[in-house]
Amino acid sequence: MEINNNQLLRFTTAGSVDDGKSTLIGRLLYDSKSIFEDQLESVSATSAKKGHDGVDLALFTDGLKDEREQGITIDVAYRYFTTPKRKFIIADTPGHIQYTRNMVTGASTANAAVILIDARHGVIEQTKRHSFIASLLNIPHLIVCINKMDLVDYSEDKFNDIIARFEEFSSKLLMKDLRFIPISALDGDNVVNRSNNMEWYQGGTLLNILETIHISSDINKIDARFPVQTVLRPQSEEHRDYRGYAGRVASGIYRVGDEVAVLPSGFTSKIKSINAGENEVEEAYAPMSISMALEDDIDVSRGDMIVRKNNQPEPTQEFDVMLCWLNDEAARPRAKYTIMHTSNEQRAMIQEVIYKIDINTYDRIIDEKELNMNDISRVKIRCTRPLMTDSYRDNRNTGSVILIDEMTNETVAAGMIV
Amino acid sequence: MSKYYLNYLDELESEAIYILREVWAQFDNPVILFSGGKDSILVTHLAKKAFYPARIPFALLHVDTGHNFPETIEFRDNLVKELGVKLIVGSVQESINKGRVVEERGKNATRNALQIITLLDTIEEQKIDCAIGGGRRDEEKARAKERFFSHRNDFGEWDPKNQRPELWNLLNGKHFEGEHFRAFPISNWTEMDVWNYIKRENIQIPSLYIAHEREVVWRSNSWIPVSEFLKIEEGEKVEKKMIRFRTLGDITITGGIESEADTLGKIVEEVSAMRKTERGDRSDDKRSETAMEDRKKQGYF
Repeated sequence: MEINNNQLLRFTTAGSVDDGKSTLIGRLLYDSKSIFEDQLESVSATSAKKGHDGVDLALFTDGLKDEREQGITIDVAYRYFTTPKRKFIIADTPGHIQYTRNMVTGASTANAAVILIDARHGVIEQTKRHSFIASLLNIPHLIVCINKMDLVDYSEDKFNDIIARFEEFSSKLLMKDLRFIPISALDGDNVVNRSNNMEWYQGGTLLNILETIHISSDINKIDARFPVQTVLRPQSEEHRDYRGYAGRVASGIYRVGDEVAVLPSGFTSKIKSINAGENEVEEAYAPMSISMALEDDIDVSRGDMIVRKNNQPEPTQEFDVMLCWLNDEAARPRAKYTIMHTSNEQRAMIQEVIYKIDINTYDRIIDEKELNMNDISRVKIRCTRPLMTDSYRDNRNTGSVILIDEMTNETVAAGMIV
Repeated sequence: MSKYYLNYLDELESEAIYILREVWAQFDNPVILFSGGKDSILVTHLAKKAFYPARIPFALLHVDTGHNFPETIEFRDNLVKELGVKLIVGSVQESINKGRVVEERGKNATRNALQIITLLDTIEEQKIDCAIGGGRRDEEKARAKERFFSHRNDFGEWDPKNQRPELWNLLNGKHFEGEHFRAFPISNWTEMDVWNYIKRENIQIPSLYIAHEREVVWRSNSWIPVSEFLKIEEGEKVEKKMIRFRTLGDITITGGIESEADTLGKIVEEVSAMRKTERGDRSDDKRSETAMEDRKKQGYF
């Protein structure tokens, strides 16, 4: 294969075992010829041992020992495949209620979410939950696959019915790009190959849509944000005076000569040079990893953010966050946590639980204040020092935080700044 | 389409560099686990880019089973000299001599599993708090569950059911004394991506990856190289073949494939037409359905 300019698309899949999620992923891998002979042999052997006719596609996504024994997915698993048009990363997340945290994890980096609905059952609670999380995590593209069409006689009416029901409840959610596809993962209809059983469907197959949705503008290109990860100071003869600020551009575009401000100090300077590895470049944009040198000798360290002088984020010490609790231990009232935001780290406290959300009905619950595993709530957070934040809707990289329990070092919550 | 987007190789590169810099920023004494295989060579190459024009700030840690391809050791020593980095060698032979581990017996005996103890001992002795590995999620189903920053308890164990959630690009490397982390900057690369990138960047790799003539015996469905460590069994025939290796490990268990691919371009072509996974020729993974999972839980690479 030639080296090409194909893009990388990350997507997450949501649905329970019964929706045929594993079969769908197996089908995508199998029909896009991403399965190797030894994998096929091993899965064929297991299928035969279990008494299945033919190859059980779901077994391609089989994971750890406990998962195989219980027939469930415990944790996010990542799968890879490539077509002549794109490289894909699938974050395969479990659909059970107790695993909301895994879907949030898988969704956090996804360009697209694929949500499965069993055509026989239509929209169920789980569908609403998955859609809510996709919307909360601001996944730019949502693809709803109505599966098992073979079991409802490939009925167009049934398909339209489900769409109508979906649109009814999803009108409360923020969704930028929403599509519906009738499929049968088991038989392969409209997954990679077009179905001969549903001529009434004029849209693309799932793979076709994944290959062509426009993702270049998913990253914010307007607001230039550069969190400094570390400072490069070579001790060599050749580069004695070099001081480079290393990091990954979170959003926007930087050019040599740009007037910039370093936050939180507010000192201003100009970009002297930009390096991508050994190469000097004229401009850098998200999500490039670069190092940047400035004209003036000012104090810059990890946790600082270099931004355009005339476009600066809000320094905020107290802000509202949509918080997903990820830990077995409930949140302790007024406890201190470490908050991580870009390369910055402070201490923070949950000052107030404003409301919790019932993710099945989207109702606000205002009289419950305890945050347990999988709870999603709106909270007020107060930090020891200001963070340079944007709202999550505007900027996924500078609008997201995690909370770390100082007693256990575990990541206990994920937050999206309102 | 706007010109402001990265192609997939550039995006993978950028992600890996980001992770390497996070390791440097969050840990006191990180090392790169260096086996001499293409993945650890790739990680080292990416580290060079991540810190340019400064030197790579990590030592290389090689867990030496004593059963090496001589080419691997030569390659390792040249690279260490060229980069000016420190080399730490954890020796399995020494662990055996000290009585920390006991050599396996039988026909398919290897030192593969013994490496775990040597690795964990070295991590403890050297007070290493993060070991950067070249593991990839596409290699194996247990590895598919790995985080970029993967926690190990004070016994060096991995608990796949109780991992820290990893969201956006916020990596939590916080740990207590005695615990350590494994970091996997090329988690999202596939074998094909690795080869395409090696070709694009023209990265030097050991000659073992390139087709060459070698004495081998046919065992467990692959060509095992003849070496001083290999016991030729009755009925096995030593043959001369044009072969190359898809992965490199302990010389006693790494099987080669017949190949004419003697340039990077031809290797890329061959790999893209390949219908078997690269670990398909590694007898360490064939021992059982959960061979990798079991070893990883104990602290394997």
